[in-house]
Amino acid sequence: MPTMSEKILARASGKESVEAGDIIIANIDVAMTHDLTGPLSVESFEKIGAEKVWDSSKIVIPFDHQVPADSIDSANNHILMREFVKKQGIEHFYDVNAGVCHQILPEKGHVVPGEVIVGADSHTCTHGALGAFATGIGSTDMAMVFAEGNLWFKVPETNRFNITGQLKDNVYAKDVILHIIGKMGADGSTYKACEFAGETVSDMSVSDRMVLCNMAIEMGGKTGLVEPDKKTIDYVEKRSIKPYEIFKSDLDSPSLNIIDIDVNDLEPQIACPHNVDNVKPISEVDVELDQVFLGSCTNGRLSDLRDAAKILKGKKIANGTRMLVIPASKEVYLKALDEGLLKIFVEAGALVSAPCCGPCLGGHTGIIGPGEVSLSTSNRNFKGRQGSSDGKVYLSSAAVAAASAIEGRITAPE
Amino acid sequence: MKGKAWKFGDDIDTDIIVPGRYLIYTDEETLAKHCMEGLDPDFDNKCSKGDFIVAGKNFGCGSSREHAPIALKGAGVSAVIAESFARIFYRNATNVGVPLLEAPGISELVENEEVIEVDMENATITSANGESIEFKKLPPFMLEILNQGGLIEYLKNKK
Repeated sequence: MPTMSEKILARASGKESVEAGDIIIANIDVAMTHDLTGPLSVESFEKIGAEKVWDSSKIVIPFDHQVPADSIDSANNHILMREFVKKQGIEHFYDVNAGVCHQILPEKGHVVPGEVIVGADSHTCTHGALGAFATGIGSTDMAMVFAEGNLWFKVPETNRFNITGQLKDNVYAKDVILHIIGKMGADGSTYKACEFAGETVSDMSVSDRMVLCNMAIEMGGKTGLVEPDKKTIDYVEKRSIKPYEIFKSDLDSPSLNIIDIDVNDLEPQIACPHNVDNVKPISEVDVELDQVFLGSCTNGRLSDLRDAAKILKGKKIANGTRMLVIPASKEVYLKALDEGLLKIFVEAGALVSAPCCGPCLGGHTGIIGPGEVSLSTSNRNFKGRQGSSDGKVYLSSAAVAAASAIEGRITAPE
Repeated sequence: MKGKAWKFGDDIDTDIIVPGRYLIYTDEETLAKHCMEGLDPDFDNKCSKGDFIVAGKNFGCGSSREHAPIALKGAGVSAVIAESFARIFYRNATNVGVPLLEAPGISELVENEEVIEVDMENATITSANGESIEFKKLPPFMLEILNQGGLIEYLKNKK
């Protein structure tokens, strides 16, 4: 009667079965670190006294947070990481021109169902959308993985969100996950695997499922997961030659807690400052905006850009509001270019940047100043997240971001 | 351990502990300068070596940045005592040698800047007026990691 997480962790630890609460040592299938958490991982790796990484084919290093380098300090971090890549013969390295790590990993075929994936980034939980057990870890843990290829885990219990109902027009996966986080609270799934299931999830694309899993961490989740189906297999087989194994939860598992979510009447949701669980239906929010950011590992995918472009086509962004559009990867960028989406954004008055994390974590571009208000399709609205501690960040879907940019205030798409 | 308690609320996230724009730095001293900057820009100056942070539920939620516990360590914080902690932060803090003590009821027991005493062996926290509460005892291996100053030192000394 194990859950999906228990089955994956049993496989990875070479055991017949494991149960929630067990401490196990799991072999790691993919380890990811990027330009911002990478330097600390490398420093720790050297401090341990390790010389060679355990498997240079299983480590993926994308540059995405400070790209292109915006200061001598970031350039130095890039140099340090490039030297590590060269010295260790890391096979999967993506320099400044590739895109956001959580888009690169699935897109380039590094994620397949049944794997254990760790990343020195909390949104690594995104990859559970393909049926892998994927979780964020710190730099010292990453150094241990680099050296040994395994890591200890406490096997988590599971919150399985059984999502049913037909989403209304202009209501998206982002609204569903914001609604769930608002209901559960910022610590409502602490240390738990968050499975997203039910007819609404079956109807969703792989991109939409990534939106759900991406934000599992915002309610404290250890990972987000969706059981693989035909859509998953189609996505994976097009992109990866790695073997995979499909695991699904037994619903009678004692460590599985089912939470029913009905989305039939859901309206667009907004996470208000300064916590992701401060979620309100859009009809209760009326705020003027200085900046709108469309992008990130949550909503910077092609479907998001399409949704936004449909609304922005032939329209102009409000005076006094600026909009920043950042496709999540080179592939997304090129497709958006081919489809004419980028032209729509630029003609509407938006600024289109090369793939990167952008203003999401307030370290690179599009930083907001004191008193400024940002509406963002990313995943966090913590105080100071996008720059000044006296600024405010609201979170929404791509469609709400587009409609709001036109009006200069938070607005539901028609 | 004896020191001043610096009090914060619920859901103190890693962007508060150290904002994203400083993640390009990895050294303790620089990160400490920006520790808790979003809520108290003067925190690093006020906090003396051996002081404590006392907070509500879900301390350390958010990012996996190990810069956060490193900043706390650099600022001199000898332990964080909270109602509860977020998962990744809990692991990271232990790995860099910052003890996290889960003590339900701590927010009510302690006032800001009150001098409190932490007894790691008996797992108790005593307020200035002598009232005590217990915190969840840490397993011996975790205490050992913390006593050595973090996971790396622990592994080095084990060899």
